[in-house]
Amino acid sequence: MRKTLTSTLALTALFTGFAMTAEAKTLVYCSEGSPEGFDPALYTAGTTFDASSKPVYNRLVEFKRGTTEVIPGLAESWEVSDDGTEYTFTLREGVVLHSSDTFTPTRTLNADDVIFSFERQLDPENPFHAYVEGASWEYFNGMSMPDLIKSIDKVDDMTVTFVLNRAEAPFLANLAMDFASILSKEYADGLAAGGSASDLNQKPIGTGPFRFVAYQPDAVIRYQAHADYWDGKQPIDDLVFAITTDASVRQQKLTAGECHVMPYPNPADVASLKGNADLQVMEQQGLNVGYLAYNTQQAPCDDSRVRKALNMAINKEAILDAVFQGAGQVAINPIPPTMWSYNDAIEDDPYDPEAAKKLLADAGVSDLSMKVWAMPVQRPYNPNARRMAELIQADFDAIGVKAEVVSYEWGEYLERSKATDRDGAVLLGWTGDNGDPDNFLAVLLGCDAVGGANRAQWCNEEFEDLIQKAKVGTQDERAALYEEAQVVFKREAPWATIAHSIVHMPMRANVEGYVMDPLGGHWFDGVDLVE
Amino acid sequence: MLRFLLSRFALLVPTFIGVSIVAFAFVRLLPGDPILLLAGERGMSAERYAQLQELYGFDKPIVVQYLIYLKDVLTGDLGTSIVTKRPVFDEFLVLFPATIELAVCAILLATVVGVTVGVIAAVRRGSWFDQGFMGVALVGYSMPIFWWGLLLIIFFSGMLQWTPVSGRISLLYYFPPVTGFMLIDSLLSGQEGAFRSALSHLILPTIVLGTIPLAVIARQTRSAMLEVLGEDYVRTARAKGLGPMRVVGLHALRNALIPVVTTIGLQVGVLLAGAILTETIFSWPGIGKWMVDSVSKRDYAVVQGGLLLIAGVIMLVNLLVDLLYGLVNPRIRH
Repeated sequence: MRKTLTSTLALTALFTGFAMTAEAKTLVYCSEGSPEGFDPALYTAGTTFDASSKPVYNRLVEFKRGTTEVIPGLAESWEVSDDGTEYTFTLREGVVLHSSDTFTPTRTLNADDVIFSFERQLDPENPFHAYVEGASWEYFNGMSMPDLIKSIDKVDDMTVTFVLNRAEAPFLANLAMDFASILSKEYADGLAAGGSASDLNQKPIGTGPFRFVAYQPDAVIRYQAHADYWDGKQPIDDLVFAITTDASVRQQKLTAGECHVMPYPNPADVASLKGNADLQVMEQQGLNVGYLAYNTQQAPCDDSRVRKALNMAINKEAILDAVFQGAGQVAINPIPPTMWSYNDAIEDDPYDPEAAKKLLADAGVSDLSMKVWAMPVQRPYNPNARRMAELIQADFDAIGVKAEVVSYEWGEYLERSKATDRDGAVLLGWTGDNGDPDNFLAVLLGCDAVGGANRAQWCNEEFEDLIQKAKVGTQDERAALYEEAQVVFKREAPWATIAHSIVHMPMRANVEGYVMDPLGGHWFDGVDLVE
Repeated sequence: MLRFLLSRFALLVPTFIGVSIVAFAFVRLLPGDPILLLAGERGMSAERYAQLQELYGFDKPIVVQYLIYLKDVLTGDLGTSIVTKRPVFDEFLVLFPATIELAVCAILLATVVGVTVGVIAAVRRGSWFDQGFMGVALVGYSMPIFWWGLLLIIFFSGMLQWTPVSGRISLLYYFPPVTGFMLIDSLLSGQEGAFRSALSHLILPTIVLGTIPLAVIARQTRSAMLEVLGEDYVRTARAKGLGPMRVVGLHALRNALIPVVTTIGLQVGVLLAGAILTETIFSWPGIGKWMVDSVSKRDYAVVQGGLLLIAGVIMLVNLLVDLLYGLVNPRIRH
């Protein structure tokens, strides 16, 4: 009864016209959820980006596959003014946009498309600023782009200049992010004129490696390789997302040959997947960190000796075994080891309960009792916060510190943990957006973020000075400053750094050319199926 | 009859308003703020938070929010999802046929098999068949759906490879939806093998979703039949020399069906609840999964709208069951 993919491919052509030739190669990806829509700038979820920005769109600059290095995308080249406030991009000539049943582009990509893609997010007066109800451009705002961008100017048809209010080195990396995808202005204008503007979010037209064909909600998304893609046609002809939310079912589909690639296996199943000769399992360190943030504004955790002592009480190896089931590595610094500027000379606080007890006594702390906050949700950087909190509770108990584990509903948890007078240490984490150290160090530990994302409420002058200086300059100059900042961080110990996760990606053995993305996305350009 | 119908419809109005209040209050009573959940670990400034509150209308007093909501509902606007930014009713319309298709197949399976097994068990009371099947029914009734679904997938799809693992139809077939019911659309598409593929995808989810109603219906039929079989008129029919098929099929079953019809009607709620888990296991694109996702994201408009629509469906089914009563039992013909 079950049809294998091999027969599927040839027959698809016969029945659907979906593939053009009988030898059409179709790659099926068992995705973990439904996209919220297809206009990436409206959303913040990785699942949505996998289905929209990655296959369908390009950006001015892109991350080199498998790295966070920024390389040319739709912009062939760019220049940055000496003061770092003007970025001038020269666009690639002859970039062909997708066609669909209802739209055929009359021109190739130009500066109008670039300006439209950003202006709609920036300018409340833009007709596409509120083209769907509740459009809030959350990523664009979250990355502080409205404060940063002064203007976006068209120099000529193929040249665009972004003028910034201040120098910001991570700006270029921000432009490689999903929200910065370039849409077609011609298509949007046509939709608006026809009274169907919301189709911009349902039937996307981009420049990317795959053309959107159809979406059946919660079931299937179909794409076809873009024949005129500026970087050459893809080795596969069709790409299908078979939406399969349950990890066990995804695994069954993969082993049964109903899909080629699946994300997010159950950690406990990874070993058996690795043992299956029909499959291969790729793995990569996730660009994330899971941590325990002390409240450095409340006694006794305002004393770095107390924080150090608590850090030395935590048995991280035991946590990795019990909570990550091997799919993680001990975190030493607040940024993951795959990120540039990671300081590998820094040594972790040793696991030493006796020394911890002594340090506590030196700090004059006895009979300490505190709260440990456990997140109510699963995250890549912390698959089971409740279990982790219980292990930490036991570790603290061993040095005579009584810990009480508390938790709240997720929204409430995020909100309450921001309070500067919060009681206790908070388990939380972060997944990088753009591969820039600023996206970890300034966002999570900067003085501006106290009372916000800086859950340690930690404002250290020396650290702040370094990360502010590192906002401009060449990558080498910036890296030196960040390395120094990590030394200050380790000395002051506002967090116990717990772990970075390891992400596994099981796929059929005949999948070739898949490259794992350190930022956690799933890309299918360059992927091929071999016999 | 017309008066009865009108009075039943009149009753729907206060029920509907009641449901709208419950749906509105329920999602707001849950701890958690949709805007904060939208922001996640990143968080947002107080100023931005206030802007979004205003954008979504959450800054208004709760009573005002309800009245606006009620007004919108009465003018046919169920609101827009905060998460997907799409109209709730549009999302419902796309997903609902999948749930209906699955639920109808499950209730058909449960009714046909349940009534048959129940009747045989009652007629052969105390036999191995009776004891065996009623034991199985009890197990079926107590089965955790999620575990049962995975077990069937591992056995029939994984080991035997008889059925597909999940989805509604093989990826081989692609045609734009016409009715939204895959069995019908696959026939309309004219593509060879599409109907068979859609049918094979329905087998496991139908069994999983139908298991609990089947067990309930079988047990209900058995006890109703036992009661009826002991009645004087059945003895009379037998004494008259009627064949056992006529006695059981015509005289006994028709009367025994009255409580069974009620039970089947009540199973609609059970089915929609069971659909949530079944749809999740089998990646079935229906409203069960949609509702669960929206609750976890505190997507107010979807939870409210979805609950209202589902309640509407259940109310309609109950009305139909009341009307069906008349057909099976002339004494309460209205």
